[in-house]
Amino acid sequence: MIVYILKRLAIAVPTLLVLIIASFLLMHAAPGGPFTSERQVPPEVLANLNAKYGLDQPLWKQIATYLSNVVMHFDFGPSFTYKDRSVNDIIAQGFPVTLTYGSLSFIAAVLVGVSLGVTAAIKRNSWLDYFAVGISIGAQVLPNFVMAPILVLIFTLTLHWLPGGGWSFDDPRFWIMPVVALSTSYMASIARITRSSMLEVLNSNHIRTARAKGLPSRKIILRHALKPALLPVISYLGPAFVSMITGSVIVDVYFTTGGIGKSFVDSALNRDYAVMMGITILLGTLTILFNLVVDIIYGWIDPKIRY
Amino acid sequence: MKPLIAISAIALMLGGAAPVFAQSSHVPAGTKLAKDQSFTYWLQDDLKTLDPDLSTSKDGNDVLQQMFDGLYQQDDHGNLVPAMAESFDVSDDKLTYTFHLRDEKWSNGDPVTAQDFVYAWQRLADPKTASEYAWYIELMQVKNAHDVIQGDKPVSDLGVKALDAHTLQVTLETPIPYFRQMLVLSSTFPVPEKVVKEYGSDWTKPEHMVSNGAYTLKSWKIGESIEMTKNDKYWDAANTTLTDLKFIPIQDLNQALTRYQAGELDFVQTPAGQYPRLKDEYPDQAHAPPRSCVYAYRFNVGPNGPEALKDVKVRQALSYGINRDIIIDKILKGGQKPAYSWTHWATAGFKAPDIAYAKWTDKERMDKARELLKEAGYGPDHPLKLRIMYNTSSDHKKIAIAVQQFWKQLGVEATLENFEWKVYLDKLNTQHDFDVARTAWCADYNEASTYLDVNTSWSDQNSGQWSNAEYDKLMKDSKTAADPQADYTKAEQILATDMPLAPIYDYSLPMLLNAHIKGYPFDNVQLNWYAKNMYRTAK
Repeated sequence: MIVYILKRLAIAVPTLLVLIIASFLLMHAAPGGPFTSERQVPPEVLANLNAKYGLDQPLWKQIATYLSNVVMHFDFGPSFTYKDRSVNDIIAQGFPVTLTYGSLSFIAAVLVGVSLGVTAAIKRNSWLDYFAVGISIGAQVLPNFVMAPILVLIFTLTLHWLPGGGWSFDDPRFWIMPVVALSTSYMASIARITRSSMLEVLNSNHIRTARAKGLPSRKIILRHALKPALLPVISYLGPAFVSMITGSVIVDVYFTTGGIGKSFVDSALNRDYAVMMGITILLGTLTILFNLVVDIIYGWIDPKIRY
Repeated sequence: MKPLIAISAIALMLGGAAPVFAQSSHVPAGTKLAKDQSFTYWLQDDLKTLDPDLSTSKDGNDVLQQMFDGLYQQDDHGNLVPAMAESFDVSDDKLTYTFHLRDEKWSNGDPVTAQDFVYAWQRLADPKTASEYAWYIELMQVKNAHDVIQGDKPVSDLGVKALDAHTLQVTLETPIPYFRQMLVLSSTFPVPEKVVKEYGSDWTKPEHMVSNGAYTLKSWKIGESIEMTKNDKYWDAANTTLTDLKFIPIQDLNQALTRYQAGELDFVQTPAGQYPRLKDEYPDQAHAPPRSCVYAYRFNVGPNGPEALKDVKVRQALSYGINRDIIIDKILKGGQKPAYSWTHWATAGFKAPDIAYAKWTDKERMDKARELLKEAGYGPDHPLKLRIMYNTSSDHKKIAIAVQQFWKQLGVEATLENFEWKVYLDKLNTQHDFDVARTAWCADYNEASTYLDVNTSWSDQNSGQWSNAEYDKLMKDSKTAADPQADYTKAEQILATDMPLAPIYDYSLPMLLNAHIKGYPFDNVQLNWYAKNMYRTAK
């Protein structure tokens, strides 16, 4: 097991390296640069800017400098757009926000999604099943950029219960709408995957055996069916968790949360090479990490899987 | 004198005192003020910096001028009022300005000195700072600015000196009549040398930031908000009524409108085309004051532009063919005005020339345009084909479609090309790869040269690469002319004839402003507002 984990982590290093170099090259290939602005900057000023941010160096040298700063000093450099903030500052401000509403969304999506899926599977073809499937289809077809304005219309403009945007770590009223807007479509996917895999498991031989033994159906479902039924759900949850905690641009923009989902998209639009790289590396690292976590959980749930 | 008595005494002197506690001189006597003196302002885009030497946007300027006092500010009508500069002397050759500074303190208690200005201006020009707005100090004609920016001379050679703690001397390369008007912009604000040197680029973080204006920074969360509180050490704190300011960046105007309706914003720009409806719904909150920016279609007459546009007849025909009234009445609907000159109509001192086609009827313009195109050799068998380029945005698209239709009536086949912002800028300013491009220009200061300088052959902003010797000469002469306004009018006449661009409309700022917020400068064409002059009335 430990050897396996070490092996996986060893592969992660070249994977990240490829990711960094590929993003770096792609980004520099995009037309325009961080200092292209509506008010054309005179050549002498542009030269100073390029010198300050190292853009006057050959590309291979820029990559090498960047990598050495990241590896040796954990320094992702200054933002090209936010002139008095470093990439570390921007991630330190935005990541806790997305991590908070992302984790809450994850918990909400898993709890509601799995319950709906399991209920639907057990009560197959009953009104409960139709109800659960109906909800999950509804949630799936309502994208968050539609959800968000609807929520604001109801809870802010009509009922005056919740603030229409902004963020506070101390006041949960600011968290509710971002969490609902972000979690619904994940919740729907989880419900669908749970339902279909649960149905499959319920029809399998070991459940039939358990029933034949006369075990109470509660025990059958919780102890024998749920565990294997959750395997496909878990492989979905790894990447889903990463994309939730790194935020959603729609949620960040609509609710002005100040999360890094918006910073990521803005950095691409502004050609803010440094922020773009920083968040890409964060996303990449988390994705690799949580895929590994998923694989470890797999082994723990399903004894057939051995590393 | 104890502070409280001092405050009351000042208030009494200024004549606006209420009996119980001092009320600001900006507040008319008898006004019932709200207990909560906060103001929440909408920003289209997140600020990129709070460092005056690095700031590059109008929004940034709006925010920074609450926190810093530069040499001058503007009153409600856009006229200069002294801020740090209590008085000034100018030499006979108009090349040396000496400013006598107010005795003011930074928010950490240190005195603001002339050296803080010297340091700030040197820092703005310093190649090591690499400020995108370093060109502004060149535009101000400060001596040696160009060489300092280029790194050919040390920053100490810049034409700015502290004669003593309260006397600042500026030397110019060439005299410019509007020099003092340029000193309102945040790029010219002082910065606290000691603090900047101690914390480097971290000096603008709330825990370190020191400023000399009516407000100090409380928090700044990128993408969420910027908050400020009243600076009690400010020299005019007794007359500052609003106590808390908050700026919230919301890109989408419809969503900003929702937040306004929810009472979370006191100010918001209305989405395109929605102004009339909102004016009906909120008559006491909807306003559309003029705003000093112009929207135009620029023709590419440079080497990368199409052959057709090098013919002045074609350019004239295309400009005549644009029906500005329809664009304003049917698409924008927010108090904009049709533009036939490049300079915004409300610019201080500017007198537009008599532009004939501005007065023609729709039919006259179209007939004349057809005639010109025919003379240029275009007709049904040989239609003129052009590309209209704009950056991706539904508002620009609507205008482009309208123009495409207007030109279709002239037999011109125009295709629309939209690009993401940075790609568009690259094509416009760097590659000059376009036929006709949507552009806009906003005033840096309230004087016509801020617009007209753009079209000189040496301007970096002249993306259509138009060059006209007579125009260049006029603009050069205007710098030393006793009355530059006459030159500006002549320059506009050349633009209207040689038509390097087709002006389309002069901006307004269609907005909603909380009816309880008073003192917003609607008549200031740059809409430079100062929260210290504003207040909130009780409901």
